[in-house]
Amino acid sequence: MLLRVERLAMNFGGLKAVDDVDLDVPDGEITAVIGPNGAGKSTFFNVVSGFCKPSAGRVALDGVDIAGLPPHRIARLGVARTFQTTKLFPEAEVLDNVIVGRRLHTRSNVFDAVLRTKRLRTEAAECRERAKAALAFAGVLHLESEPVGSISQEACKRVAIALALVSEPRLLLLDEPAAGINEEETSGLTALIRKVVESGVAVCLVEHKMRMVMDLSDRIVVLNQGKKIAEGTPAEIRQDPTVIDAYLGGSSHA
Amino acid sequence: MEFPRARGVGVSLLLLTAIVFPLIVDNPYLVSVVVTAYVTAIAVYGLDVMLGYTGQLSLAQGGFFGVGGYTAGILMASYDVSFWIALPVAVAMTSALGYLIGLAALRTRGDYFAIFTLAVGVMIVIIIERWEDVTGGTDGLIGVPAPSGVGPLQFDSLTAQYYLILFFLVVTIYVVWSLMDSLVGRTFVAVRNSEELARAVGIDAGRTHQLAFVLSAALAGLGGVLYAVFLGYIGPAMGGVQMTFMMLVYLMIGGVASLAGPLLGTLLVTGLMQVLQAFAEYQMMALGPILVVVIIFFPHGLAGLAGHAKRLFQRRGG
Amino acid sequence: MTLFLQQFVNGIALGSVYSLVALGLTLVYGVLKVPNFAHGALYMAGAYVTYVMLTSFGASYMVAMAVSIAVLAVLGGSMEWLVFRRLEGKSPVHAMIAALGMLFFMEGTADVIWGPTFRQVPSPFNDVVTLLGVSITEQRILVIVAAVAVMVGLYLLLKRTLVGMSIEAMAQDREGALLVGIDTRRVALLTFAISGVLAAAAGSLIAPLLLVFPNMGELIILKAFVIVILGGMGSVPGAILGGYLLALAETMAGTYVSFAFSELIAFALLVLVLVVRPTGLFEKGV
Repeated sequence: MLLRVERLAMNFGGLKAVDDVDLDVPDGEITAVIGPNGAGKSTFFNVVSGFCKPSAGRVALDGVDIAGLPPHRIARLGVARTFQTTKLFPEAEVLDNVIVGRRLHTRSNVFDAVLRTKRLRTEAAECRERAKAALAFAGVLHLESEPVGSISQEACKRVAIALALVSEPRLLLLDEPAAGINEEETSGLTALIRKVVESGVAVCLVEHKMRMVMDLSDRIVVLNQGKKIAEGTPAEIRQDPTVIDAYLGGSSHA
Repeated sequence: MEFPRARGVGVSLLLLTAIVFPLIVDNPYLVSVVVTAYVTAIAVYGLDVMLGYTGQLSLAQGGFFGVGGYTAGILMASYDVSFWIALPVAVAMTSALGYLIGLAALRTRGDYFAIFTLAVGVMIVIIIERWEDVTGGTDGLIGVPAPSGVGPLQFDSLTAQYYLILFFLVVTIYVVWSLMDSLVGRTFVAVRNSEELARAVGIDAGRTHQLAFVLSAALAGLGGVLYAVFLGYIGPAMGGVQMTFMMLVYLMIGGVASLAGPLLGTLLVTGLMQVLQAFAEYQMMALGPILVVVIIFFPHGLAGLAGHAKRLFQRRGG
Repeated sequence: MTLFLQQFVNGIALGSVYSLVALGLTLVYGVLKVPNFAHGALYMAGAYVTYVMLTSFGASYMVAMAVSIAVLAVLGGSMEWLVFRRLEGKSPVHAMIAALGMLFFMEGTADVIWGPTFRQVPSPFNDVVTLLGVSITEQRILVIVAAVAVMVGLYLLLKRTLVGMSIEAMAQDREGALLVGIDTRRVALLTFAISGVLAAAAGSLIAPLLLVFPNMGELIILKAFVIVILGGMGSVPGAILGGYLLALAETMAGTYVSFAFSELIAFALLVLVLVVRPTGLFEKGV
């Protein structure tokens, strides 16, 4: 089991954003976390990726406890993520964005930089190569010289995924990757995500677009008001009355 | 090295001009103005490391400049320490101070960081002024000697000191350039552009800020040492908020996050101030609105106008 | 005991001034989310206008203060209108740099017009009153009374008028305020004008007690920042409480320990707060 979350709790003042949640993310699979708004999905991601210190519970990556570690340490242990409002480094070109994503694999320091050591030059070249490869994987290599401010939403999301992938993570957390893009773009992204898993990276995604979730996921976990209310395969979840109830009686469409 | 051709030629030409300058210009006053500009520019490069590349406004820069100058000045004038020892000691001390202050200051960002560093700058001056026995209080310290000779080289003359300081300026520019145009520089810029995202991709933002802050303090200290040695004197005004403000003006006019910006801005503004010496009283009155205009309409300064600021990161080795 | 009471009263008078300055700063900080480094210059300008009115125009003290307040309202407002407005949406560093530019412009102008010499401001309230063995100059009483009056007025403005409530709304949630139709630009303009008024009041009231010189705003603005960070950015009660507390601490430390020690108190407090709680002691709240 790649990621094992046990009895996770996250309290903000009196609000239990995440309440006693158990969740497993197996290697080589796509696990989706769904739930109505305010269910605690993003908070869950923030805890796993280190942006929030959990109030209680355990988060183990390959057996190693990562709960409460700072984000950069968790990234170095192999967890990468994208953000709900797609985050890229503004005022920079696409390639420059992704190059820096490889930094955690480099050891060059101040002295290397000033003395222009071989290590610096080798690592710099390697970062560039890997960045290009990641962009190619995500299908956006042709945009490498564009400033990120000028590319489309969908392209941004692909670049964000490339940025997350360039560090060769073992687990990729995708926070609403399909928000704000149309159907065609969504299926493109779905294909990309499948490619990611096939390349050996486990994926955990939070998403509202049900069809995408049903298509992609191997397993689905449903949260509501901080608690886990259901877990299973897409077929099981689709018919689970508690889940349907949680979505206010509406059947899962789109 | 991976300079594009044109850049390499340009830099060589500038370097040549700088080297030849004191030999062809027969005006010692002008030469010393240029030297003071060089010295201040070193500290401005330090300010740029923090502001231009890491995105934080450190208002303690003048204070560190003063600490460097006073440390060296006291060692050399009061304790007869050789310049060649006093310099590294002073720079080390300023860096250490920067590190210590950073431990507290860098727990904050943005406005709180600016306020805190402003307070640090003010406190440094107050301490300098109060510690009269050591620093000479508000009168300052006179009698800082010229650097002692090394082998056949003597540093008593204006020309020799010009080259000595030019040497340190070139080293400074090289260090800043080589750092910023490398993976290390990319880290700084990433943290500047989005600290949260930088953390998410494995960058230790705290350590990055610390490194930038210590470096900027070290450069300010270096500038301070050379200033004290060149003038033979150091006073509390050199460590004050006004000094920080002037450095900020030079940097913003020259252009943040650019190779030439800090030097260009410093030379240009000090040059203008010399030319307009008759209006010296109105200096602050004029520079204030100029800074406001620059920040509103030309935030990337002159270098930005020439498109150089961004170029640093375009498709080269680092 | 009398010494204590004496210094206590002095501390209260000083605290009144600190609070007024901090109030202006905190209001602007709450609305703009940026520290106005030039606020200290407004305080300085307020003092100078009063000085000019008293000496060159022979006006009465009250008239001088009124003029000072009016001028500073305009000056404060124009800071927003000319400068800060144009930096909306840019990183806070831009606004901070612009504020520094305005600070040095104003100090430079004062330096050119009046020179660096310390000026004495004449006041008609020089009589000394004795209460419980404590002698207080009338001016100090005026400072305390006037400051309290201004604070009450400010409180009423913020809680009872539409303008005031808009300011509070904007400080708490700018986007929300925009959504409910508040003209955020106008509110920002008014807030700056009010901060000018508060600075003018502080400067005019303290001027006869201290000496007036171009850089007089620098130290007080630093203290005002400490107060605002301690009391909470945008918090009116925080600014008032913090102002009095700091002034009392300084006065007592100056009396019972040493003057040098009292100067460092503000800084020490700042370090302490930022080390323990880098986001300030209280989260904002007007």
